[in-house]
Amino acid sequence: MGSDLNLTRREFLKVSAAVGGGLLIGFYLPGRSKFGAAQAAEEFAPNAFLRIAPDNIVTVIVKHLEMGQGVYTGLPTIVADELDADWKLVRVESAPANVALYANLAWGGTSQGTGGSTSTTNSWEQLRHAGAMGRALLVAAAAKMWKTDARALRTENSFVIDPRGKRRASYGHLSTLAATLTPPKKIPLKSPKQWKLIGKYVPRTDGVEKSTGKAIYASDIRLPGMLTALVARPPLFGAKLKGFDAAPAKAMPGVKAVVAIPQGVAVVATDFWSAKQARDKLKIEWDETNAEKRSSDELFREYHELTKTPGAVARHDGDLAKALAGAKTELEATFEFPYLAHAPMEPLSCVVRLSDDACEIWAGSQSQTLDQALAAQTAGLKPEQVTIHTLLAGGSFGRHANPVSDYITEGVAVAKATRELNAPIRLLWTREDDIRGGYYRPMYVHSLRAGLDKRHRAIAWQHRIVGQSIVAGTPFAGMIKNGVDATSVEGAANLPYAIPNMMVDLHTTQVGVPVLWWRSVGSTHTAFSTEVMINELAVAAGADPVKYRLKLLKHHPRHRGVLELAARKAGWGKRLAKGRYRGVAVHESFNSYVAEVVEISLDGDKVNVERVVCAVDCGVAVNPDMVRAQMESGILFALSAVLYGEITLKNGRVEQSNYHDYKVARLPETPKIEVYIVPSRAKPTGVGEPGVPPLAPAVANAVYAATDRPVRRLPIKL
Amino acid sequence: MINLRINGKQQEVDVDADTPLLWVLRDHVGLTGTKYGCGIAVCGACTVLVDGQPVRSCITPAASVSGKPITTIEGLSPDRQHPVQRAWIAEDVPQCGYCQSGQILSAVALLKAKPRPTDADIDEAMGSLLCRCGTYVRIRRAIKKAAAIMAKEA
Repeated sequence: MGSDLNLTRREFLKVSAAVGGGLLIGFYLPGRSKFGAAQAAEEFAPNAFLRIAPDNIVTVIVKHLEMGQGVYTGLPTIVADELDADWKLVRVESAPANVALYANLAWGGTSQGTGGSTSTTNSWEQLRHAGAMGRALLVAAAAKMWKTDARALRTENSFVIDPRGKRRASYGHLSTLAATLTPPKKIPLKSPKQWKLIGKYVPRTDGVEKSTGKAIYASDIRLPGMLTALVARPPLFGAKLKGFDAAPAKAMPGVKAVVAIPQGVAVVATDFWSAKQARDKLKIEWDETNAEKRSSDELFREYHELTKTPGAVARHDGDLAKALAGAKTELEATFEFPYLAHAPMEPLSCVVRLSDDACEIWAGSQSQTLDQALAAQTAGLKPEQVTIHTLLAGGSFGRHANPVSDYITEGVAVAKATRELNAPIRLLWTREDDIRGGYYRPMYVHSLRAGLDKRHRAIAWQHRIVGQSIVAGTPFAGMIKNGVDATSVEGAANLPYAIPNMMVDLHTTQVGVPVLWWRSVGSTHTAFSTEVMINELAVAAGADPVKYRLKLLKHHPRHRGVLELAARKAGWGKRLAKGRYRGVAVHESFNSYVAEVVEISLDGDKVNVERVVCAVDCGVAVNPDMVRAQMESGILFALSAVLYGEITLKNGRVEQSNYHDYKVARLPETPKIEVYIVPSRAKPTGVGEPGVPPLAPAVANAVYAATDRPVRRLPIKL
Repeated sequence: MINLRINGKQQEVDVDADTPLLWVLRDHVGLTGTKYGCGIAVCGACTVLVDGQPVRSCITPAASVSGKPITTIEGLSPDRQHPVQRAWIAEDVPQCGYCQSGQILSAVALLKAKPRPTDADIDEAMGSLLCRCGTYVRIRRAIKKAAAIMAKEA
């Protein structure tokens, strides 16, 4: 089912017309065109992902956003291994926006962007071929230079070596000649046994700059004459600007302009502090007629009502009604999930330099070609007149992958409204802007009902989900099929457990709060309700929760593999220290499989997560240490949602504003984390998101074991 | 005019006295390694050292630290060889990296006060700094590694 869902995703993430997928290596004729990236004249560029300079420096062009997940290390590793490059000589450069060369192949190759934990998996073959092509040309160049048979040559550490002739030439030395050659039609790839970097320890390529303050994020960009913009946005989602008095703000020192833009009122000043103080002085009248004014508790009440009526069917196996009627016992549970903000450490920011016929944007762009298209539309330019410089992002967790490119188009709107200043604009969001800015993980209510036969076997499973659609009204609305947004039901509609009669249906609600994908998307809530419910079925059957799951996962060996590994490493079944309780969960997301066993203790009304044992199957682990880092990261991200995460509305107003009331987990709350990777030869799949989903249900299951009280909402409040 | 001693260099900046040190560093002096995360001293991304003590520069008026030695991440070492930086790099601590300047400087201050910090010491010194990527596991490990490096090289 996982792959079916991904097919759906792939199918509908097409923003424009389809092109044939498959292997795409941006090709160019030697010595002619360039890729828009800064290429020196003498550099050897066999394809869009690789350049080798006469000084031996290997530049790998990365088409994905580095937001912490490690693509600036993992993707170059793939190229460098096939190329047989000396890792110390490898440099990384971000790709320009170019759909023909740099599209995400997991999205049908029609849009460039990063998301759905696809970076490694969609690049795997592409980058192996890119590296292998470079190597083949360098070997051919050496063979030509030495007038010998290419088949007698081997490569190592950025050298082509002729063992018989006892001579060697560096890649840099060969690069000029290699640039004149045509790549052979058939280029062999290494066998896994020949890998020197893949599967081994390779340090992060950005570790040094990120430990010395040299890493550059959008908010660090400085351009001559640049001004800083802050935008005052409506206090209610959907409110419109009615009028404003710019005079008090304009009178403040350093202020250059106060202008209305579609998003609100922009204050443009010489620096952040001047802009911030001026924005605080703005007097704005908002028209709240069509604004969303409901409170979270009202929305929850409405959602609960909806669980009583059938929704759009996402899955129906067997005959649910009959199975429920024939069940000996029934279990029911209803779960509540709040809105969640991504709250990356770097608030949103971009720098825009606009002229009459060009627009340059510096941003942690997560959807380069969409950002380019929407920026062009805002600026009144053609997409090819917009240059996107993709910088590092100070976290994203989905926030930068906005289908309406909210912060990019806002920056362009400010630049356009202040064209007479002829100054580059740096748009900054404050933390308050971020927490109150919407684009949250949607609120959901889930209602589950399971029927057991007289031998406590699960024979019926009904799962109803109520909440907003993430893709409705966006360019991705095509993902909605028969009233079902695949991102609302992923993780539920593909439940792997063998239960013969199963129904999953969905009510999509209309709420004026903008929502967005949040690290692991649908699985942020579906893994919780399904894994808590299945655990309660195990308890009801008097069965061991691990064994119970394994029995129902007969046809899902990779689920079983991670579950067994995590259970074994955690000492599942062994006695725990006094006051410690265990819980487990397993979940597949984005074609990667993760099981987590947690140990908790209770301290009054506080849950302490003491230990997490995580097992992951992501196919080939290109960089095992980075896989571990992403599991650690996912676990901590989920822990914040378990302990604290909650955006609430009061009469439409967001009640939280900053990290003091939208808390995230801190170092003292960090459990001992152990990560085990299932050895695999399968194609690599993502690790940015899949560590998140199992944590919350595993903690809830441990809380149930400790207290006999089932957990029915997140964050967990005892 | 405010006189600031930043990374051993005397700097004069023409800002209002109550302008936070963070924005003086970022927008006036051009040292962008110090980050804005919350503006209310609850995340620690803006941490710099003043007289060797960790200070939240986002709520520290620039005038209040006039004349005192200020160390930002750029001034920690000229060659990234500070033991804390070496440990950070060796443990591959950073992910997105945005909070790490504040984390590193806080760790430097901790190790100066307590060269052999216990887990409780680390909790106390680092417990008010946020990392949304969840690099805490490695931060703890790197602090212990840095302590070991410093002990060996002392």
